[in-house]
Amino acid sequence: MRIMTSIVAGAAVLMALTSAHAAETADTFKAAYEKAEAANKKAGELRNQWTTTAAALKAAKKAADEGNFDVATSQAKHAEALANASIAQTEREDKLWQNAVIR
Amino acid sequence: MMRGFALLVALGMLAGSQLARAETAATSPEQDFKAFRKYFTDKFPKVQLDDFANGPYSMNEGLRKQWIEKEVFPPYDFALDKGKELFEKPFKNGKTFADCFENKGIGVRQNYPYFDEKTNEVITLEVAVNQCLEKNGEKPYNYMKDDMAAVTAYMAFTSRGKPFDIKIPKDNPKALEAYQKGKQYFYQRRGQFNFSCASCHVQAPGEHIRAEILAPALGIMNALPIYRSEWGGMGTTSRRLTSCNSQVRGVPLKPQDPEYRDVEYYLSYMANGIPISGPGARP
Repeated sequence: MRIMTSIVAGAAVLMALTSAHAAETADTFKAAYEKAEAANKKAGELRNQWTTTAAALKAAKKAADEGNFDVATSQAKHAEALANASIAQTEREDKLWQNAVIR
Repeated sequence: MMRGFALLVALGMLAGSQLARAETAATSPEQDFKAFRKYFTDKFPKVQLDDFANGPYSMNEGLRKQWIEKEVFPPYDFALDKGKELFEKPFKNGKTFADCFENKGIGVRQNYPYFDEKTNEVITLEVAVNQCLEKNGEKPYNYMKDDMAAVTAYMAFTSRGKPFDIKIPKDNPKALEAYQKGKQYFYQRRGQFNFSCASCHVQAPGEHIRAEILAPALGIMNALPIYRSEWGGMGTTSRRLTSCNSQVRGVPLKPQDPEYRDVEYYLSYMANGIPISGPGARP
């Protein structure tokens, strides 16, 4: 009986932890996705979005739809990093292109 | 301590020289033209100037032989026939493309793009074709291929051998701005691969990128539109530019976006004096 009680209690704790983890990662995903989208929007305004950012955002959305928030959050963060890199590239190249001109 | 200071001074001088170099970038179209021409003719002293219009075939003997054989039954022939038919077919209002262009649209490709001083924008041949269609109550073509590629192929064919004659109105700062924007687009790196148009077509023409031989930027507009084996069909200048962006993992702009028109303006001006060779065929 004690063993049975322990198993049930353990399962209950595990379920509680799992659901708490899922709720947390869903929120994390949402926040990460919004940041990634905002960065990619800025890259779009600078007219230099990367195809890989779009692909990462798509993969993040797909994983989130499937309930896999670990992958979804990771992909969203990856998308944000790519978008920020494209923004940095545009800002850098806005001056540096001149060094490549044939003279 | 002394060595550290010397290093700082050296780095400062280097940064200063880079800045000075950047500040001298606003060269005139005439200066650019001379430098651009010299760069390519110095780099490829055996290539005849007119032959730059033939892109990678001017760079590699083996590829050239294949191309000459292919030209016996060129893959763009079907597009040419279709283009002629579309060009001559009356619109619903009875007019034709001939009514929209100088010299009835025959032998005029070398004058495009031009800067329209009324609207202050660069008008490419593709834009002019769609303007003609819309003006006559017809649906515009898709800029990338099919009917647009066919009509521009036919128009290019009627201009073969005629040298590019692109003008930048001297007293119009907007025209100069469009030219400078096109130049910037050409040299500015973009996409995840951090490539500019110049990375391939200035720094590495004649070199292989995988199985392909890169064309020189000089004369790169002259053969368009082209039949591309990679595409399995015809493609316009719009298709060429958007696919270049995709290849470096950049999201392309919309076909005939003003920036694409500007870069076409810049490159066509650089090719002034070199004959139209379009439509072309490329691997």
